[in-house]
Amino acid sequence: MRIFSRLALLSLALVVPGIAQAQSGGTLQKIKETGTVAIGYRESSAPFSYLDDHQKPVGYAMDICMKVVEAVKAELKLPNLKVELTAVTSSNRIPLMANGTIDLECGSTTNNVDRQKQVAFTNTHFLTASIFVAKKSAGVHKIADLKGKTVVSTAGSTNIGQLNKANAEQNLGINIVPGKDHAEGLLMVETGRAAAFVMDDVIVAGLVAAAKDPAVFAVGDEAFSKPEPYAIMLRKDDPSFKALVDATTARVYKTEGEALYAKWFTKPIPPKGIVMNLPLSAAMKKALQNPSDNADPASYGN
Amino acid sequence: MFAHFDFQAIVHALPYLFEQGLVFTLTLTILSAIGGLILGTALALVRIGGGPVLATIATGYVNLMRTLPLVLVIFWFYFMVPYIGQWLLHAPRPIKVGGFSSALLTFVMFEAAYFSEIMRGGIQSVARGQYAAGLALGMTGAQAMRYIVLPQVLRTMLPVLLTQTIVLFQDTSLVYVLSLTDFLGAASKIAQRDGRLVEMYCFAALVYFAICFLASLAVRRLQSRVAIIR
Amino acid sequence: MNYHWNWGIFWDASPEGGGTYADMLVSGLRITLAVSVLAWVIALGMGSAVGVLRSLPNPWLRRLANTYIELLRNVPLLVQLFLWYFVLPEVVPEAWGDWLKSLRDAPFYTAVIGLGLFMSARVAVQIATGIAALPRGQMAAGLALGFTLPQTYRYVILPNAFRVVLPPLTSETINTIKNSSVALTIGLAELTARARAIQEFSFQVFEAFTAATLIYLAINTIATVLMRLLERRMRVPGYGAK
Repeated sequence: MRIFSRLALLSLALVVPGIAQAQSGGTLQKIKETGTVAIGYRESSAPFSYLDDHQKPVGYAMDICMKVVEAVKAELKLPNLKVELTAVTSSNRIPLMANGTIDLECGSTTNNVDRQKQVAFTNTHFLTASIFVAKKSAGVHKIADLKGKTVVSTAGSTNIGQLNKANAEQNLGINIVPGKDHAEGLLMVETGRAAAFVMDDVIVAGLVAAAKDPAVFAVGDEAFSKPEPYAIMLRKDDPSFKALVDATTARVYKTEGEALYAKWFTKPIPPKGIVMNLPLSAAMKKALQNPSDNADPASYGN
Repeated sequence: MFAHFDFQAIVHALPYLFEQGLVFTLTLTILSAIGGLILGTALALVRIGGGPVLATIATGYVNLMRTLPLVLVIFWFYFMVPYIGQWLLHAPRPIKVGGFSSALLTFVMFEAAYFSEIMRGGIQSVARGQYAAGLALGMTGAQAMRYIVLPQVLRTMLPVLLTQTIVLFQDTSLVYVLSLTDFLGAASKIAQRDGRLVEMYCFAALVYFAICFLASLAVRRLQSRVAIIR
Repeated sequence: MNYHWNWGIFWDASPEGGGTYADMLVSGLRITLAVSVLAWVIALGMGSAVGVLRSLPNPWLRRLANTYIELLRNVPLLVQLFLWYFVLPEVVPEAWGDWLKSLRDAPFYTAVIGLGLFMSARVAVQIATGIAALPRGQMAAGLALGFTLPQTYRYVILPNAFRVVLPPLTSETINTIKNSSVALTIGLAELTARARAIQEFSFQVFEAFTAATLIYLAINTIATVLMRLLERRMRVPGYGAK
């Protein structure tokens, strides 16, 4: 029956290219051995990480990650380092980081203590609060106004957790529907599937600005959270890689952070040339000048 | 009712839909069908003549795969395969597999269960005397399988195998849950970005229908041609 | 393996409030079963009707049945669910669309109908094949005894055809249960979706998926056993199944 084991091996070899190369050590070692750095990006987290008109991921977080890639190239002396891009969602980014499918997650991931048990974060690149958006005509202003309604939030986000918590604590009886990604969330409000979409204020601003008719939407007066820090996500327990990413982002934020910020938040951005019109706040300016990977929102002085 | 239907939105997206999306879907389908057929044939051979222990393991595997929803299996593989690679190779950390390879591995392993059932039925339909005749001619068991039984099985089972491949082609749309850019994934990315759900999903349905319908017509014609008169 | 196993996770309170992670799985199982049973009722009803149409002498009715089957069989289930969920409310008159979208359990109804119709095409093929497999004399005998065509179907053809197709229908029953998981893409909180939600909240991906896998194994085994019992009860000695 040797033919069977040979067939089995053959089929295995067919489907797992490159499985034979063994690996050891941390992420830097892995990048060195494979000559590739794997970046996880988002499809609809404008202006942090999203697809432009040619379906290429671009954004503020992508720019920061490319600076990190440059630093990795220099550190490992790998001028031909390949960048492999993988689309991730709020739902799968943490397991994909843990299982090595991605090395850097460049998007709009909130750094919090809960997640730090699974993954690590570098220095904060944005501060944003969890809010809700509805149609103006719906007349919902407070969280309590959502009582008994269908509300969408993105599966796997901190926002859906906060919505669940508010729903349970205030006994609102909200019908919570998980969306696959942020774009689907706003689209469900636009088409009347859901009364509101719970998401970070900056993501909502980006989606609304790009919508067919931004004027139909209104943001609620009440937030689900204080402004929380966004950061690029790394694997946990990998001190040498984290040190490199921390040093790089700290240098970039201090020297060109404000210019990068201006590029994505105050100027026209692809694909449609909309302007986010979010000038640098005092808290954000402080966060860029004093880079920190602290998960505590209070540490950012807001 | 289609007053707001924007054909321009489809036309604009065509290159992306076909050059990226459909190419991905077709590549995944063809490679999965080949891999699934090889692994499925191996499983069928093990189940028929692989000894009681191996046959039980193979049967258990086939039944397990046929009991689980494909969506669940897709999630399992995307998250689990890097750890299995690490365990197999005694590597210090999970082996990076990536979206496409993970999807390919999933479909090969999953479809192998279905192909193995087809091949098993086919092998059992070839008269045992033929296999015995091969042995009598001095062939080894493997040679008798390779030169006498399997060619006939492939020929008679070709239409069923191709029909299963059409099912596989449809099933690959489920990689949507991994955010990969297959044909449906590409359509949905445009649909969500531009708010053109009606146009993109109608167009996707039309393309899937056209391909599957024409393919199944072709299979039916082939069926009447390859039928062996016994 | 640097993964932190925690099998106790199921007894922890879920962040959704009002229960544990195990309760999330139970709620998912309930929805999976409810969708599967209702979709299977639609699949059997529509499938039998279309299967019979396909076996009738009238060519127009046969063509109608074939069109139905080809349309539903050649578009992936996921795409069909998107058509029912995202496209249908936008192409019907606005008031109907608004009503459809305001339904609180829209994903549930969409899943039942979408999955039911998708499976009905496969059931129809089985039924039509079963009818075609019966000896031609049965139809003639029924008509010769003075039965009308509908009566012949009701008392002669269908009872026999169902016995012939029970084994393939067993696997279609299991397929219905399995395919209900596709509805997680339209936001239905069925078993696979709940397992994924546990992963999102607790990060215990493998515990959650293992639990879901075991539950699917259990319900599909039970469904198979029940169908086998039905097959045995329905068997006419010396007829039908080998």
